[in-house]
Amino acid sequence: MNLLLSEEEQILKHGAHEFFTAQLPVAAFRRLRDEIGDLGYDPGAWREMAEMGWAGVVLPEAYGGAGFGYKGLGQVLEEAGRTLAASPLFATALVGAPLVLAGGSDAIKSAFLPAVAAGERLLALALDEHPRFAPSRIASRAALEGDAYRLNGCKRFVLDGHVADQIIVAARTSGEIDDAAGITLFLVEAAAEGVLRTRTRMVDSRNAAQISFNDVIVGRDRILGQVDAGLELLEPVLDAATAGLAAEMLGCGAEAFERTLAYLKLRDQFGVKIGSFQALKHRAALMYCELELTRSAVLAALSAVDEGSAERAALTSLAKAKASEMLELVTNEAVQMHGGIGMTDAEEIGLFLKRARVAQQIFGDASYHRARYADLMGF
Amino acid sequence: MSELTEFRAETRAWLDENCPPSMRTPMPDAERVWGGRGETFKNPESRLWLERMAGRGWTVPTWPETYGGGGLSADQAQVLREEMGRLKCRAPLSSFGIWMLGPVLLKYGTEAQKAEHLPRIARGEIRWCQGYSEPGAGSDLASLKTRCEDQGDHWLINGQKIWTSYANYADWIFCLVRTDTTVKHDGISFILFDMASEGVETRPITLISGASVFCETFFTDVKVPKDNLVGGLNRGWTIAKELLQHERGMIAEIGRTIGGTVPPVDVVAKQYLNDGSGRIADAALRDAVARHVMNDRAFGLTIRRAAQESEAGTASGGLSSMFKYYGTEQNKAKFELIMKCVGSSGLGWEGEGFSDQELEICRTWLRSKGNSIEGGTSEVQLNVMAKRVLGLPD
Repeated sequence: MNLLLSEEEQILKHGAHEFFTAQLPVAAFRRLRDEIGDLGYDPGAWREMAEMGWAGVVLPEAYGGAGFGYKGLGQVLEEAGRTLAASPLFATALVGAPLVLAGGSDAIKSAFLPAVAAGERLLALALDEHPRFAPSRIASRAALEGDAYRLNGCKRFVLDGHVADQIIVAARTSGEIDDAAGITLFLVEAAAEGVLRTRTRMVDSRNAAQISFNDVIVGRDRILGQVDAGLELLEPVLDAATAGLAAEMLGCGAEAFERTLAYLKLRDQFGVKIGSFQALKHRAALMYCELELTRSAVLAALSAVDEGSAERAALTSLAKAKASEMLELVTNEAVQMHGGIGMTDAEEIGLFLKRARVAQQIFGDASYHRARYADLMGF
Repeated sequence: MSELTEFRAETRAWLDENCPPSMRTPMPDAERVWGGRGETFKNPESRLWLERMAGRGWTVPTWPETYGGGGLSADQAQVLREEMGRLKCRAPLSSFGIWMLGPVLLKYGTEAQKAEHLPRIARGEIRWCQGYSEPGAGSDLASLKTRCEDQGDHWLINGQKIWTSYANYADWIFCLVRTDTTVKHDGISFILFDMASEGVETRPITLISGASVFCETFFTDVKVPKDNLVGGLNRGWTIAKELLQHERGMIAEIGRTIGGTVPPVDVVAKQYLNDGSGRIADAALRDAVARHVMNDRAFGLTIRRAAQESEAGTASGGLSSMFKYYGTEQNKAKFELIMKCVGSSGLGWEGEGFSDQELEICRTWLRSKGNSIEGGTSEVQLNVMAKRVLGLPD
């Protein structure tokens, strides 16, 4: 397994760095929070990202995609994490598009994927029903009536749910809550009758929604994958997206750490730089270790996804667990080491703390992934 | 590439033919071969194995053939490691000469010094010990006081070392001595001498684990030939630091192999905490075990990434600075966790009522406490990272 970046991946990373620092710096994110409000992302910047091929980044060229691997995509996400760039990249390109690609009929794929790759359509996955991630804990039901399903249920923490054009809904077509089998994925029009979306304003100022489905009628032709086998379709896509998310979290942590390090070298107290205090030096070195361990785990997970490795699930859980542990440590220390200034809204470091906690919960936090790793390893 | 494939095939065939059967089984600590004048070869096949490997220069595969090495490239040495791993071959020789002294002697030694010492190290004829720490010079190693005075035709050494690993078994010592008392780092020299010299005395120190691998070592008017100084007068600190890098790599590595017959944490945990389903029954311990083995995995991947960087010539050196710290802390955490999993079964000191593995767990748990002290404490390692990698001010 190669844990180094190829020349192509380095160029991609460099390009992404230039783009995000110029177009979507942290200041832009703050503006988005304070001034723009409704969309929660910058459509102009998203158009540019689509033009660079990032909206269709995991799609084959036949659907207008760029078709470069997850290791390359991870570099883009890491750079996005550094500037806290808010965009539909995760929900649409990493989660929605691969689900449609993996489970959609030819008609559905042709109808939606080229528009997704062009940045013209947004997708969202409506999966969670409980505060903690548990993909089989699904009570929403879809009952077959003639040639269509009647969908009822409530979803929460649907990323980009309030701006998506199409919502992929996980609903139970058989079995009981917590059964792994019996879940089916439906591609539902956001504008369909009976879909009620409430935007939730999250602590990281990104978009999520609570969505209730009240007797929504969905055609059989809108099923992704097989009836009752939605989790099988979800698992590899969630793994790949989670590896990507861990890369974003790595970028977020690396930036918060570097800003903190710069502050330790700048701030004078007792007539010396505070970075000369051993109590702070040791904690900085511990953060460095955690960051490097996370980087190795993220690179391994992204490579495992690209290689279709049997270790994909384990390495993804490793990456998400390490990224979550690292980010909790680094963002807490970052605020503490910035002192009083770190508590102010004017200083940007607090924005990293806020984003960190949301990212940690997406698709399972550290303890979820440690338990999954233990399951996979058979202990 | 095909050349390497050919080398792999030859190596595999040779190892298969020459590695004795018992040398392909896990090595009990008692059968580890350290070499030297006093080596007794508890398992006779280990002597044969050492002679065969040394005959090919494969106790030190990458050293030049002139000095008893195998003259292998880094790629070939990797192939040899892989093939030895495949057959589960034991290391033929454990040696501070190979791990620590050899690399700096190759770089700083005179032609005569290299010719005298390196082949004997490669063949396991001379066992070396390391004279670094003193009672008053631990983490602050450069404050060492052992005096080395120029007596015209020889050096005269007086002083005391401590924590000298296996000094009571060693034939020779590589030693840091003070040759100038007016300056600190620039008054230290690196010198080699025979432990059989008159005026050398060693006293083993019993550790909390009951083992006595360390000694107090006393030098009283020890005469040493003038040619035994390495790297020039008062130039010893550079060599000392470089050797410490090799030592830290060795400790991080050995940390993973001591207690060689104690299985990994998750295996022990399953053995003692099985609820019948194959899962670790205690939820808190299961989470702790998962966290530990995941950190192991991430650390292993980091070591691999560093090796790939170094092969590609893009290594910054930053990564390797965390290895000693993280590897030893992880090893201590491993044994703390195992002690929790086995409960009172891990509390046996000796005798009846406990399996050999349980007794080994207890002793190795105690021994592991030294991993983060010897060769530079964890606190010193964190200081090094903060200064050299993160650029934090003094």
